[in-house]
Amino acid sequence: MTALAALIRRDIRIALRVGGGALIGVLFFLTVVVLMPFAVGPDLALLTRLGPAILWLGALLASLLTLDRLFMADHEDGSLDLIVMSRTPLELTCAAKALAHWLAAGLPLVIATPVLGLLLNLDATATSAVALTLFVGTPALTFTGMIGAALAVTLHRGGLLLAVLVLPLSIPVLIFGVAASEAAITGPLTFGAPFSILCALSLISFVVGPFAAAASLRQGLD
Amino acid sequence: MRLSGRDIRCVRGGREVFAALDFEASSGEALAITGPNGAGKTSLLRLIAGLLTVAAGSISLEGGEAELSLPEQTHYLGHRDALKPALSVSENLTFWRDFLGGETSDPAASLAAVGLDHAARLPAAYLSAGQRRRLSVARLLAVRRPVWLLDEPTNALDTSGQSLFAGLMQDHLAHGGLIVAATHAPLGLPARELRIGGAS
Repeated sequence: MTALAALIRRDIRIALRVGGGALIGVLFFLTVVVLMPFAVGPDLALLTRLGPAILWLGALLASLLTLDRLFMADHEDGSLDLIVMSRTPLELTCAAKALAHWLAAGLPLVIATPVLGLLLNLDATATSAVALTLFVGTPALTFTGMIGAALAVTLHRGGLLLAVLVLPLSIPVLIFGVAASEAAITGPLTFGAPFSILCALSLISFVVGPFAAAASLRQGLD
Repeated sequence: MRLSGRDIRCVRGGREVFAALDFEASSGEALAITGPNGAGKTSLLRLIAGLLTVAAGSISLEGGEAELSLPEQTHYLGHRDALKPALSVSENLTFWRDFLGGETSDPAASLAAVGLDHAARLPAAYLSAGQRRRLSVARLLAVRRPVWLLDEPTNALDTSGQSLFAGLMQDHLAHGGLIVAATHAPLGLPARELRIGGAS
């Protein structure tokens, strides 16, 4: 446990310091959402209707932005070698790294959502519904994205490859995240059904993500 | 404790690096791997560390802790330093001590042993190449592992650093440790030589 706690502390510390990824994700999220009213036009009703989808898309892209560094940075400076050799099972290490990444890069997006909801003319109920679905859904984005990040290390390609690998996997999360938010705002569906599926997607990713990432890292060592 | 490899064959990228290689080292003994560039010195260290898989043959450690695998009882000091530039010297070392676990000692004492105690609060980004190497060496001291795999350990170290490191290696051997080092320069201590590849 000390080992995992130490790893989470280290990753969060690096993310929060100069050059870390935490702030960049939030700034990107902010930029995407601020640009959207300029593109769509000042139609308040339309913005309200598109609001949840815009916030979800922004959060999805922002969480992808820093994900490719998840294992790449450790691979480049040799830390990954020592992590693989250590006495901590690689699956747990991967889970801890994903958790640290979500705390540093995913959680700030959820916190920023109420502020950005104002820009899209969302009322309090709608904003809190979107924030809640993001809170439940962004861990799934991180944990499935981690598989792509591990593959990117294996294949020695970062950036674009990660987006191509990960975006298709995140489609279900996007569908049910937006569906739950819409249900809370306009109906006619109940909020509970899509939200439960969103929770289930997150839980599945917690189980599958670490094992797939660890297997990919082991396979790709050279 | 005895580390031995039998009839090892190493293949990388579809090309055979070396084959039918035997080696052996016991507690208190250093093994120096020498050979021309590209002969497979680093590959052999990475095979022992479990970071590459052997194409044929076997590597085993007798007399170690039964519940732990060979990589788990091994320190690997590679070309890359495994240091995070954003963290301070002591944060880097403390992280590795906590993460690697097992039998550990005080990071401050380890830093003092490699002559970096004055720089403990400095971000690792500002260290020179030699200081980065010293910090990596401090990791070997902060966490106890019986087997040390060293890849060109004296690279970038100045003369006083080299003799300091030779002293640390001698201590490690005296406490029953075991060293396998890939090197071009003399290690500064008596070592058995294992030569890979043709004449340089």
